[in-house]
Amino acid sequence: MQLADHHAEAERLMTICNACRYCEGLCAVFPAMEMRRSFGAGDLDYLANLCHGCGACYVDCQFSPPHEFEVNVPRTLATVRARSYRDHAWPGFLRSLFDHNGLAISLAAALGVAGFILGFVSWHQPAVLVEAHRDPSSFYALMPHEAMVTLFGTAFLLALVALAMGFRSFWRAAREQIPEPAGGGSLLQALRDAGTLRYLDGGGVGCYNEDERPTDNRRFYHHLTFYGFLLCFAATTSATLMHYLLDMPAPYAWYMPPKVLGTLGGLGLIVGPVGLFLARIRRDPELNDADCSGIDTAFIGMLFGTGLTGILLMLLRQTPAMGIMLALHLGFVLALFVTMPYSKFVHGIYRYAALVLYALERRRLGSKADRS
Amino acid sequence: MGETWDVLVAGGGNAALCAAIAARRAGARVLVVEAAPKFYRGGNTRHTRNMRCAHETATEHLTGPYTEDEFWDDLLRVTQGQTDEDLARYMIAKSSHMLGWIGEQGVRFQPSLGGTLSLGRTNSFFLGGGRAMLNALYLTAEKLGVEVRYDTPITALEIDNGRFRAAILNGTTRIEARSFVAAAGGFEANLEWLKESWGDRAENFLIRGTPYNRGDVLRMLIDAGVEPVGDPTQCHAVAIDARAPKFDGGIITRLDCVVFGIVVNSEARRFYDEGEDFWPKRYAIWGRLVADQPDQIAYILFDAKSLKMFMPSLYPPVTAGSIAELAGKLGLDAARLEATVGDFNGAVRSGSFDHTVLDDCRTEGLNPPKTHWARRIDEAPFYAYPVRPGITFTYLGTRVDRHARVRMANVGPSENMFAAGEIMAGNVLGRGYAAGIGMTIGGVFGRIAGEEAARHAVG
Ligand SMILES: Cc1cc2nc3c(=O)[nH]c(=O)nc-3n(C[C@H](O)[C@H](O)[C@H](O)COP(=O)(O)OP(=O)(O)OC[C@H]3O[C@@H](n4cnc5c(N)ncnc54)[C@H](O)[C@@H]3O)c2cc1C
Ligand code: HEM
Ligand code: SF4
Ligand code: SF4
Repeated sequence: MQLADHHAEAERLMTICNACRYCEGLCAVFPAMEMRRSFGAGDLDYLANLCHGCGACYVDCQFSPPHEFEVNVPRTLATVRARSYRDHAWPGFLRSLFDHNGLAISLAAALGVAGFILGFVSWHQPAVLVEAHRDPSSFYALMPHEAMVTLFGTAFLLALVALAMGFRSFWRAAREQIPEPAGGGSLLQALRDAGTLRYLDGGGVGCYNEDERPTDNRRFYHHLTFYGFLLCFAATTSATLMHYLLDMPAPYAWYMPPKVLGTLGGLGLIVGPVGLFLARIRRDPELNDADCSGIDTAFIGMLFGTGLTGILLMLLRQTPAMGIMLALHLGFVLALFVTMPYSKFVHGIYRYAALVLYALERRRLGSKADRS
Repeated sequence: MGETWDVLVAGGGNAALCAAIAARRAGARVLVVEAAPKFYRGGNTRHTRNMRCAHETATEHLTGPYTEDEFWDDLLRVTQGQTDEDLARYMIAKSSHMLGWIGEQGVRFQPSLGGTLSLGRTNSFFLGGGRAMLNALYLTAEKLGVEVRYDTPITALEIDNGRFRAAILNGTTRIEARSFVAAAGGFEANLEWLKESWGDRAENFLIRGTPYNRGDVLRMLIDAGVEPVGDPTQCHAVAIDARAPKFDGGIITRLDCVVFGIVVNSEARRFYDEGEDFWPKRYAIWGRLVADQPDQIAYILFDAKSLKMFMPSLYPPVTAGSIAELAGKLGLDAARLEATVGDFNGAVRSGSFDHTVLDDCRTEGLNPPKTHWARRIDEAPFYAYPVRPGITFTYLGTRVDRHARVRMANVGPSENMFAAGEIMAGNVLGRGYAAGIGMTIGGVFGRIAGEEAARHAVG
């Protein structure tokens, strides 16, 4: 089968790397590559999502540009990765949302925010926006709890279905040459590898970003972002549980789980994305695919916006700004949910899938044969 | 006015950086001048993957001990005795400290690469390859305060009676230094020089590594009365894919499939026993073998059975449904090639094929024979790789003593000139090669040269 351009370039590089193998010890991509002689579209999507973009194989490669072989694995795999988000998205007619992703996601956020402001205002008197904070159960004065749950529950479910379909498409393609069934061991191994970002360490010295000095701490900022996100998610879940199971509606005191988790998570979602953003603008442009920078920054922006509006809402909830802040925050959260399947969020899912597949393959790797 | 340094190092590879770091650690002010631009710094070192050092026990990355005696035996065998025993034994003894020392300079290792398990006991592989290794050395040198200038070839040397005074950089800047370390590689990229001893055959050689190793510093030293060592035709040469670029194609153009098929020249005739011994023990003779064939080209032929038995390489093999069609694609005489393959197939005595041992699959009554791994070439599709001599590095160099001090012809050791790496490899390698020894020569003598140069310069 004829490969598309982005896959063809990745295949060219994998053929070179497979003849070279010097980077074998740096990450998971090269050992996985060595287990293959041919590289189909699915294999390449798999390898691309296994790559963490640590940059080590670029600064270590004797054939990177200006060498005539022009080997640039991080950039090529970044391109394939970004395309894999688009190609596996479901339903198909929404794939074009990836083409101008920054615009699409900003629009979603703006629409979300505007929707809530309009909703609050038309539901009540316009004045409610600036006065609701006087009411102890102020959030639900603006929007009844049931309405909130229904809206967000629906959005979340839709997103989940789309994410699951995307995952299915990716999984089927990626395991072209991995017949083994996924089991508990591989799921756990992948959880560890994802949770520690094991392969974002440049083979042990730290990852490369600006130049050949491994000084980067993207892993640290990603941990803040990633765990910040999980904590926020846990905050919402705990609040929902407390509301329904314990009959303890919001607001919560500062020491209650939703507050503690939400505050820590919100801070993570502010500091983490800022760190990732700064690293991104300092990054050697050779390492990035220019086309996917919109996807990346849009996602960073959404997370930052979600975290920032959440923390501001908490700080300002006793003031007249509360109404606007609530609309802002809910707008961001809704947009984040709705756009999940059409944003860089899917990288978490595909990467996890790739790590599971790699854990499966590793067992085979144990019996590495000497061919020469 | 010119500048004055304690130690001036010419080159930018393993030998140069080991010298620079060692000299700087010994207290000297060190300037490194590298002819290549930053990306191509460290010429051939960028292309390496491992180094061979003696060690008493297995380690995290090495599967077993490799004693100094065993190392010496290997060297003696591959060079057929053409080595300076005193110097070689001294290097081997020092090599056992090399892994620790170079690790302290930031270089990291890993177990042997896929497809190279046979080297897993003797050779230490660099994590990320030679360029990663170099990047680590440059970072360390930079932290220590070594100054490095790129795009800065040495174009002339001022040497009085075996004493280094100054070097001219880029034809313009004059630099004085108390000691000089020559670590500027061999002359493999200098086709005119190669032609002096190889004749026009050298036109068809491919240079596997850097185009910057033109031997200018070596030539200047010899012209200034430094005693040469080694034969100008001796070098490390392997058969590489003929489609490789003229320079710098690196490791990925090598082909490891000779033992699985037959090799014919442009007259479609075989010329050497392809199954003489294990490939790692024989690969380094094929460069010279092909260099002796008409037009310096040969073709490795094999069939469908063997396609997946060796490491893949950069270019796909030429493929055909029949031997005659293959001959057409290669520009060989079809009838002649069919006859060669027919004769070979007719002479094959079946045995039990096993490429991991010296098996009993061989030919009978064929000249030259194929003594192991001989299997009939009869299963379409048929494949071929065109190959040419790929020159890795040359052995003619400067004679040195244990202190890496160069010797002046008829005079004795120079007061303040030292050499390390390819530029003096001929002291240890009169001929032949054992994988990983190039980096050992550069590392061990580089470190010694740096220490001695610093001792001379700053006491
Ligand atoms: C493809 C390939 C793979 C190899 N693999 C291995 C391996 O795995 N293990 C191993 O031990 N050996 C290997 N070798 C051999 C090894 O590369 C050399 O033996 C070793 O790197 C030599 O180190 P060096 O510092 O002497 O020379 P180099 O690393 O070549 O450095 C010489 C430097 O001198 C500079 N220079 C040249 N002229 C001037 C001038 N006039 N002024 C200033 N600077 C100058 C050049 O630009 C160059 O950077 C390999 C070689 C090749 C080509
Ligand atoms: C399986 C779980 C995950 C893994 C293995 C993972 C891994 C990575 C890696 C390797 C990168 C850098 C390369 C790239 O830009 O693609 C990255 C980027 C990023 N990740 Fe994750 N991630 C995971 C989940 C998440 C989650 C859940 C979030 C937040 C909700 C998140 C937020 C980000 C952000 C904002 C970036 C952008 C950084 C940039 O563009 O420079 N990740 N992730
Ligand atoms: S990135 Fe370069 S050095 Fe690394 S395996 Fe590929 S070709 Fe070799
Ligand atoms: S960028 Fe890092 S993770 Fe990606 S292939 Fe290269 S070494 Fe592996």
